[in-house]
Amino acid sequence: MSLRSPLGRVLGSGSAKDGTGHWWAQRVSAAGLLLLGAWFLWSLTELTDFAHAEVVAWIAQPWNSVMLLMLCCTLAWHSTLGVQVVIEDYVHGPMLKVIALLVNRFVHVFVTFVAVFAVMRISLGESP
Amino acid sequence: MSQLNRPVSPHLSVYRWPITMTLSILHRITGVGLAVGFLALAAWMLAAAAGAEEYKAFATTMSSLPGRLLLAAWSFAFFFHLANGVRHFFWDAGYGFEKHQANASAWVVIVLTVVMTLAYWLTF
Repeated sequence: MSLRSPLGRVLGSGSAKDGTGHWWAQRVSAAGLLLLGAWFLWSLTELTDFAHAEVVAWIAQPWNSVMLLMLCCTLAWHSTLGVQVVIEDYVHGPMLKVIALLVNRFVHVFVTFVAVFAVMRISLGESP
Repeated sequence: MSQLNRPVSPHLSVYRWPITMTLSILHRITGVGLAVGFLALAAWMLAAAAGAEEYKAFATTMSSLPGRLLLAAWSFAFFFHLANGVRHFFWDAGYGFEKHQANASAWVVIVLTVVMTLAYWLTF
């Protein structure tokens, strides 16, 4: 056991530097999702049978493509931050926590790229 | 160390369970559920990009009863997380912290969620 005082141990370590960064990013992305999420659900009601041709044509419309790309990126950002807090609260053990936080980031980045690729392929590529 | 046996905050078990606690944990659960929904959204668009065959397989899965229940749960989670998120915005701005206000806004969120979810499914 160290004889150093709690103050002595933290002096010189500095702050985490980003203070309210995570909290603020959560709010900014939430405000974005309020608009993008509402657009998405409202826009889905335009679809009638959700058949392949209809869905592809819907995604391929320029405005829908742009909105979907923004939705997926904002959603990924908000979701990463949220799941991160859940992991920090419930996963204990330093090693397991770090691994879980890394997996959270990697999975979110991966899924975002999958979504972006899918939209881009439909809107720019050969029609499947 | 003897410190380990001390009760730790928050002492959830000593409170009568208030409505605000239900909404607090529901916000988390719906948030995690919607994170999973993001996977489904990406899978849906990837299936559409992959071709008619792949899309048909995805659409068949989602139009099964478990798939439909999942979609209904996601729409409920979306509207709840949205309504309660707006409630959080009011708190962030410094309004609605009094106990009776927090309880009242909790019920507003519940009613709005049910109304929005039902109204949404009626538009299809």
